[in-house]
Amino acid sequence: MNNKKTNVSDILMKLGPLMVLAIMFVVFTITLPGKFIRVANLMNILKQTSINCIIASGMLLALITAGIDLSVGYNAILATCLIGVLMKNGITNPVVLILSAIVVSTLCGFINGTLLTRLDLPHPFVSTLGMKFVFWGIALLITNSQTIGFTNKGIDPVLWIGKQTIFSFGFPVSFLLVILIYAAYHVFLNHSALGRQIYCVGGNPEAARMSGIRSKDVLTIVYTLSGFMCGIAGVVLAGRLNTANTASAATYDTDAIAACIIGGASFRGGKGTIWGTMLGALLISTIRNGLNLFSAGNDIQYIVIGLVIIAAVTIDVMRGKMEARARKMAMAD
Amino acid sequence: MSEYVVELKHVTKRFPGVIAMRDMHIQIRPGEIHGLVGENGAGKSTLIKVLTGVHVPEEGEIYVEGKKVSFSNPVQAREAGIACVYQELNIVPMLPVVDNVFMGRKITNKYGLLDYPRMHREAKEALATLGHPDADTKRECGKLGMGMQQMVEIAKAVSINAKLLIMDEPTSSLGEQEIKQLMKTVRDLKERGIAILFVSHKLEELFELCDRVTVMRDGEHIITEDMANMTNDKLIQAMVGRTLENQFPKEFGVKGECMLKCEHLTSIGVLKDVSFEAYGGEILAFAGLVGAGRTETMRALFGADKLDGGDIYIRGQKVNNRNPSQSIRNGIAFLTEDRKGQGLVLSQSVKTNMILANMKKFMKGPLLKSKQIEENAQGMVDTLRIKTPSTEEVTMQLSGGNQQKVVIGKWINCDADIYIFDEPTRGIDVGAKVEVYNVMNQLVKEGKCLIMVSSELPEVLGMADRVIVMREGRVMAEIERGSKHFNQEDIMRAAWGGALT
Repeated sequence: MNNKKTNVSDILMKLGPLMVLAIMFVVFTITLPGKFIRVANLMNILKQTSINCIIASGMLLALITAGIDLSVGYNAILATCLIGVLMKNGITNPVVLILSAIVVSTLCGFINGTLLTRLDLPHPFVSTLGMKFVFWGIALLITNSQTIGFTNKGIDPVLWIGKQTIFSFGFPVSFLLVILIYAAYHVFLNHSALGRQIYCVGGNPEAARMSGIRSKDVLTIVYTLSGFMCGIAGVVLAGRLNTANTASAATYDTDAIAACIIGGASFRGGKGTIWGTMLGALLISTIRNGLNLFSAGNDIQYIVIGLVIIAAVTIDVMRGKMEARARKMAMAD
Repeated sequence: MSEYVVELKHVTKRFPGVIAMRDMHIQIRPGEIHGLVGENGAGKSTLIKVLTGVHVPEEGEIYVEGKKVSFSNPVQAREAGIACVYQELNIVPMLPVVDNVFMGRKITNKYGLLDYPRMHREAKEALATLGHPDADTKRECGKLGMGMQQMVEIAKAVSINAKLLIMDEPTSSLGEQEIKQLMKTVRDLKERGIAILFVSHKLEELFELCDRVTVMRDGEHIITEDMANMTNDKLIQAMVGRTLENQFPKEFGVKGECMLKCEHLTSIGVLKDVSFEAYGGEILAFAGLVGAGRTETMRALFGADKLDGGDIYIRGQKVNNRNPSQSIRNGIAFLTEDRKGQGLVLSQSVKTNMILANMKKFMKGPLLKSKQIEENAQGMVDTLRIKTPSTEEVTMQLSGGNQQKVVIGKWINCDADIYIFDEPTRGIDVGAKVEVYNVMNQLVKEGKCLIMVSSELPEVLGMADRVIVMREGRVMAEIERGSKHFNQEDIMRAAWGGALT
């Protein structure tokens, strides 16, 4: 009996973000006739979602291990700035530019993981918050705090990923990339040994350690992968923004956290799915897009997004309470 | 005015599936030191928690100085004058002594702010009456020794004018000198008319200190006697005196080669020169009181905790088990006593938990072989008779016995040679216990080496081929099945520090 009940509410919780997204669509369709439901606008939403989707996929791993990666925004910006600086110094080979951005960001992630696991810092909040400022500083340092423009500088193949659309209806390449990445993540998290280990380390680090899983190595890999995703996001950013500008990272980290939490991840770790994260990211961009069409400025957008984040964490807390009750019942049986 | 400062009558406390305390009664006189003893799981902790308002009993009455009371939370018990110094001290290590003494209480000045000069003075006075006139109340508690931290706890109790002070294993983490000081303090408190309920595993302390003693067993009151009328043997008999029912389907394997040999395992303050050998085809049991160092021995040889010295040999080969992952590769499986905290990932499915300790067996390249995992999990569910709706069920939803079987399945998947089962039947029902024993029989018949840590003597006597008794980090005795010492009384005697002749 009890089992059935929790299962039903579990499903409702899982469908939650999808239902909210559907309601959003209905509301915006009615209130914004002829503006919201247009192929061009929908493709625009996808384009706006790409960056958050890519960054959030790495954030998801950190959250599954009951951690957090606060450095993602500036790690991605650092990658973009690096492309800009290398370009200014005459390197225009797209492969070299893309690879160096990804390698540097991956290394940044590896440092995050190493600080956490080898220095025994109490929580990744500490290591990644610290590194966020370090990355920010380095980005400012290498760019001399200047904005670097990418237009007509001979690196269009790099920009192509973030800018180009394909098919007659203008499907963004960047979102195609997201779908590929997410499919890989789905396999990685559900069907690879390392993926299952990430869930287990998050769900119960001590049980994982006593089962012979090297929790520290798993954590290091998680933060390295998060850095890797930031590198890819940095490349996409270059094409999307057409500039390398340290000021543009403002909300990437919080957006990513919000996407994961809305999508079913928990600060307590051990759970979260990649498709849920995509839904969470889509929900955030849809709200932004709709409010934009209402000509609501940044002010209103920030307020609404803030409330959505709080609502999402409230859902997380409620979910936790329900689980605690289920656990109690299981114990009483 | 009643004769007793605290009195319990017909108190029963139930938990889902078990009765932790049945029709318990105890009377504590003002200004007496009252000993409380019993085996592990005899119900001492439950009694303490009922007295301190942590547990609310279903039946029975509690009287404080003749007045009937009922506690629904610890604050009410404290206000009634019952204080407790737990084994795990409730000290905030970062805060100075004065704040710890005044935790949950305050003295304010006329501006409504804390009156620290007065608080320091009173904390100092309280500590002075406990025999520590030069205590520095500004010092961080975490920087004090264990004995002094305990004094801070006692000062806290004294300063709320406790009438009854419960001390749970107060000497277990103290050095010899500190124990002497503590005993002196306890006697001083008695002189001031404060009653002490002194819970200890050390009989000699009880004889030295206590006026009367109460023995509990299986959640029930057995006897209360003047200490002067008691002897060591009488106490032990009262503690263990139950009959052995035949719930142990013991089968015998063929004793094989020496699989595991530990020499001089040492861990400062925990293990003192622990040496033993374990053979294939036999069950070697580790008996002793809680905190005797049995689990610590297992954790150390499994690489979960660091060793300060000693050698480990597996099949004659010296090994270096620096972490659990290495030990598992060396053929050791370790079923931990805390299955929820260290055994299972509760938020994951039965089948994921089953492969946790040996994912390599189920991998093809970096990917997992889903079909084989499903077949394996289904096979385990069948052979271990795990009651679960499916292998996809999260383990959180299973009952204790079935959770334990999932952990056992996990370790069987490791194809280990040496199986360490730490309290394998704790908190599971009788039917599941028998099934766990059958798994143990099966492993032994396959020639595996099985080490069982158990705090339940009937289980030790029922299943073991050989018993090692530990006490305070040392091996006290080694008893073969069939020897004249292979009985409850002698094992208990060794566990309590007595000599076997």
